Amino acid sequence: MPAPIIELRDVSKHFGEGDTRVDALRSVSLSVAPGEVIALLGPSGSGKTTLLNVIGCILEPSSGWVRLDDEVIYDGKMLRRDLRRLRLEKIGFIFQFHNLLPFLDATDNVAVAMELAGKSDRDARRAAGELLDYLEVGRRGAAFPAKLSGGEAQRVAIARALANKPRIILADEPTAALDSKRAGIVMDLLRKLAAEQQTAIVVVTHDEKIFDRFDRIHHLRDGQIDPAASSST
Amino acid sequence: MNLAYRDVRHNLGRFLLTCLGLGLLLGVVLAMIGIYRGLVVEALTLVQGMKADVWVVEANTQGPFAEASRIPGGAREAVARLPGVAAAGSLTFQTVEGDSSGQKVRLMTIGYEPDRPGGPANLIAGRAIGRSHYELVADVGSGLRLDDRVRLGRNLFQVVGLTKNQVASGGDPAAWITLLDSQRLQFDLAPPAARVQIARGMGAADRDIVNAVIARLDPGAAADEVATAARRWKHLSAMTSAEQETILTRSVVDRARRQIGMFTTILLVVSAVIIALIIYTMTMEKLKQIATLKLIGAPDRKIVAMIVQQSLALGMIGFCAGAALIMIIKDAFPRRVVLELDNLLTLGAIVFAVCLVASALGVRAALKVDPATALGG
Ligand SMILES: Nc1ncnc2c1ncn2[C@@H]1O[C@H](COP(=O)(O)OP(=O)(O)O)[C@@H](O)[C@H]1O
Ligand SMILES: [Mg+2]
Repeated sequence: MPAPIIELRDVSKHFGEGDTRVDALRSVSLSVAPGEVIALLGPSGSGKTTLLNVIGCILEPSSGWVRLDDEVIYDGKMLRRDLRRLRLEKIGFIFQFHNLLPFLDATDNVAVAMELAGKSDRDARRAAGELLDYLEVGRRGAAFPAKLSGGEAQRVAIARALANKPRIILADEPTAALDSKRAGIVMDLLRKLAAEQQTAIVVVTHDEKIFDRFDRIHHLRDGQIDPAASSST
Repeated sequence: MNLAYRDVRHNLGRFLLTCLGLGLLLGVVLAMIGIYRGLVVEALTLVQGMKADVWVVEANTQGPFAEASRIPGGAREAVARLPGVAAAGSLTFQTVEGDSSGQKVRLMTIGYEPDRPGGPANLIAGRAIGRSHYELVADVGSGLRLDDRVRLGRNLFQVVGLTKNQVASGGDPAAWITLLDSQRLQFDLAPPAARVQIARGMGAADRDIVNAVIARLDPGAAADEVATAARRWKHLSAMTSAEQETILTRSVVDRARRQIGMFTTILLVVSAVIIALIIYTMTMEKLKQIATLKLIGAPDRKIVAMIVQQSLALGMIGFCAGAALIMIIKDAFPRRVVLELDNLLTLGAIVFAVCLVASALGVRAALKVDPATALGG
């Protein structure tokens, strides 16, 4: 087993203090190896998004430590700027709704992430085009998000998540807005990526149709991973 | 790629409409500034056009514009003899409603002595008065044209010349006639009123009354010394033309000026608030996109640039639209709208500053937005 890309040890996160205190995560430990695709399951309010935000360099936990690709983050020395760079270079995000920028066409929505990482305008557009081809939406490159179907938009969003060859992909309900056929296609795509590029993929989902596509499924309950209910497939 | 530009290009129609709306608003602001400036400029044109150095008027008055002033016509001779005076001329000022082929024309008539100071300035057509009676030089603002005939009082005058931009402080176009005609007009009362005056013992003898005497000085002569000398006559008062201009702006048009000034200020404040609101809401609408950009790793500078560039583009395009609009229609106003480069630049700078401040508000909100909000539904 190779060294995990994502490693969380005793991570807790609470919001508020006193009467209004909410313990969103309680002592969560988790590791994900390269090429692994895991699912986070759990009822609403159980802490799934909070966990994703902690892994995604967006939300600093109250305690515990997090290591991503051999870097310990939230160690007090990391600045907001460093976290931003990590997000840019190592993490790809996929949302429930595609969150594409409405004023850029599909190609530029992918290219913009590449430009942020330092690629030139022209290189970024070319690479974005190739990525869209790879995701089989290349012919929709000039279309604006409003003109894309749900499945196409989600694939463009995945292309954007992949723009800078991330080591980690975090997806919050990526298939919730898709029918089961398209959901299957998107999941197969993610599995293919994980296998080909040794990416670690964490997917938050309720979608029972796709459970068989995961290496592991973790159940969250009241901010804790329920070991009894978690399973490997 | 420039995100501000791409966003504008994608929503071009809406952006241009917003610019147009802002342009109309700024056009109104510019119109008000122009009206304000026009008021001051118009208040001074007659005085400046006369190129007088010293104004001699009735003692204890600030005539002839701010207060009524009546002095004997002989005063001109006396003033002309003062050391330093090159030329002096008597003037009367009287607002009359004339009649030109059935149309009422309201004129500020100025009686002057041809060949002496005080004649029409800025003549654009025809000639100055050549005969001692019944000729008139009118400002084009009156609507009169060359060779028109105008009835003033009991006499018919012929328009022999036209001036431009010569108006009284109230906006009435000026019209020059000879001093003799103007004195007739002033003192030729309707027969019943004349009978009353004669019964009181005020005959036609004191008809040689004028409202002011203006003097032009020899080069090198000091206006305030000549004014001091003229004041030694107990029945006269005198002021330099600088003092006359101060009276005109500070007292004659003061209330109108302050009224318009006040309104202009309010309009400026309202525009500033509206610009700020437009830019702020423009940014608020983008918060979700901004959160997404942040999440995928866009640096703050990229986001700030997007907001600031768009606000400045909006402000500047709106401003240019407003300025163009007002330049096109300003001559259609019944009174003068005076807009000079410095007014335009000042307003431009204000708009620029307002846009910056407004985008600062938007930037603050944008920088505060949590990238996590892009993740949640
Ligand atoms: N920013 C926040 N401030 C306060 N409470 C929060 C915040 N984010 C999440 N929570 C709370 O933490 C708990 C877990 O939330 P979340 O991670 O969004 O759950 P899930 O995604 O599983 O529905 C919930 O009770 C939620 O109300
Ligand atoms: Mg959630």
